[in-house]
Amino acid sequence: MTTPMLQAVNLSVQFGGLKAVNDVSFDVWPNEVFSLIGPNGAGKTTIFNLISALYRPTSGEVRFESEVISRMPPHVVARHGIARTFQNIELFEHATVLQNLLVGRHCHRHTGWVQDLLFTGSVRRAELEFRRQVEEVIEFLDLQHYRESMVAGLPYGVRKVVELARALSMRPRLLLLDEPSSGLNTEETEDMGFWIEDIKQDLGITVIMVEHDMGLVSRVSDRVLALNLGEVLTLGTPEEVQAHPGVIEAYLGGVDDV
Amino acid sequence: MHFIFKTRYEQDISLFKHSGQVFWYAALALALVAAPWLLSEYALSQFTFIGIYAIVCLGLMLLAGFTGQVSLGHAGFLAMGAYTEAWLQANGWPFMISLPMAALVAGVTGIIVGLPALRVKGLYLSIATLAFGFIIEEVVVRAEHITGGNAGRQLDKLMIAGIDFDDGTNYYYLVTFIAVLCVLGVLNLLRSPTGRAFVAIRDSEVSAQSMGINLAHYKTVAFALSAALAGIAGALYAHKIRIITPDQFGFLQSIELLMMVVIGGLGSIQGAIFGPAFWFVVQQVIVVGKDWLPPGLGQQTGLQPTIFGFILIAIVLFEPMGLYGRWLKFRTFLEIFPFYRKGMFKRQKSYMKSERMK
Repeated sequence: MTTPMLQAVNLSVQFGGLKAVNDVSFDVWPNEVFSLIGPNGAGKTTIFNLISALYRPTSGEVRFESEVISRMPPHVVARHGIARTFQNIELFEHATVLQNLLVGRHCHRHTGWVQDLLFTGSVRRAELEFRRQVEEVIEFLDLQHYRESMVAGLPYGVRKVVELARALSMRPRLLLLDEPSSGLNTEETEDMGFWIEDIKQDLGITVIMVEHDMGLVSRVSDRVLALNLGEVLTLGTPEEVQAHPGVIEAYLGGVDDV
Repeated sequence: MHFIFKTRYEQDISLFKHSGQVFWYAALALALVAAPWLLSEYALSQFTFIGIYAIVCLGLMLLAGFTGQVSLGHAGFLAMGAYTEAWLQANGWPFMISLPMAALVAGVTGIIVGLPALRVKGLYLSIATLAFGFIIEEVVVRAEHITGGNAGRQLDKLMIAGIDFDDGTNYYYLVTFIAVLCVLGVLNLLRSPTGRAFVAIRDSEVSAQSMGINLAHYKTVAFALSAALAGIAGALYAHKIRIITPDQFGFLQSIELLMMVVIGGLGSIQGAIFGPAFWFVVQQVIVVGKDWLPPGLGQQTGLQPTIFGFILIAIVLFEPMGLYGRWLKFRTFLEIFPFYRKGMFKRQKSYMKSERMK
């Protein structure tokens, strides 16, 4: 039996009196697409921030390949091979798409600033290698056309893809996608679905995603975790979760509420 | 319009993107070499000052324009460099060693001043650096045995390997050479992972972190390098002026440096050179133009700061990308003549406006 790739163990986080995440545990297995769903304020993004160590858990911990990562600084977590995208797109606006993607290679650098200052041969070779690796991602996501464009001038849908590309440039083992389809039109959402499947099958990257579009969720997810008010409602295949009475109640309101 | 057909990735990381650039930069280099024959002694001296200020502005540009950490205390680093150089020279250190030492001392100070940057952002950081500037000025006044206090400190003639650098032409070459080296260093940084990390921190700290960038490390490096550049410039300034007093490194100096960078164009290397160049040219224009104005206006004190104030306001309002932005537009106009449209840079203009200080 293999070990889970990522384990959340009794994860809780509290902001003042608000328990944003309350005693949540789940395992993510290698090479699966694991979705987090739930109404607004369910704690989905908070869980993402806990995994990428932007927040510290009040209690419980996150383990990545059996190593506790929830006490590490965020940049160290990234170096372990965890990449993420953001709900509201956090790209480097005043840089080109290419530069954004090259930042994704940052954790694979092994030159220091002194070498960079002199632009030594090793920096040059590393730069060319980074470029080659980034070009693979550009080709994978069809971004050739936008390579030299400033991010600030790009439409929303493209930015979304650029952010995915930047995360993939890190060549992560675990990819966290925060609402990959929000703000995209039907066609773009369709593309996003294909890419997520390819990321899993061709690149062998495990994906955890937060998503509201149930069509996309049921198409690409292996398992779905439903949350409400910071607590786990249910965990199962997309069909099971969608049929679960608690989930229906959380989204549509229960009989008592009517 | 010039289209570059790219066939190798090297083309994107080389300093010169096409043969036209090689030609124009070679022409510029030639002009810089020929300047002593073409210019009067006074003009050459002004050019030397532009070179010195370009080095500080380069440092400030790296910090404010590329890493997004606005410093209001850069005159403090200038002072660190100047007084270190003065003191070391008086104690018999050769310039070849004292100049790097001046950079080092200023750089280490930069690290210390940068510590708050790990905690505070934007305006609060600026205030912290502002306080640092005042502290340095005060320390310089008090530490009389090293700095000479308010009376100032004199420097000896600068001799390197038996060559007299007190001579205007020689010193101009020295400053220009060091300035070019500094520009190359910064250019190298910016085309490498370190430079990208700086830009990443400027644009989004949270995602920079998530990409594996150690914020504390890179902010510290940015502060150290920026201060070191100011230190180098300070040392060169000290030799140029020959007598340094605390009031040369006051709060106004810090503000002027920041103004030069903003006028030049935040976020561009060229801006760090355009800024001081413009500054000194306008200064000359004011000196000459004073006599043409009615005496009631021309002999007014504070004429110069007022004019620069208006220029800054105009730049912020109409050309947030500074002189460099203006130059870009002019160049595009020439390149694609007669197809240039007025709104071509509109998009950049709208987003460049306020986001730097966040």
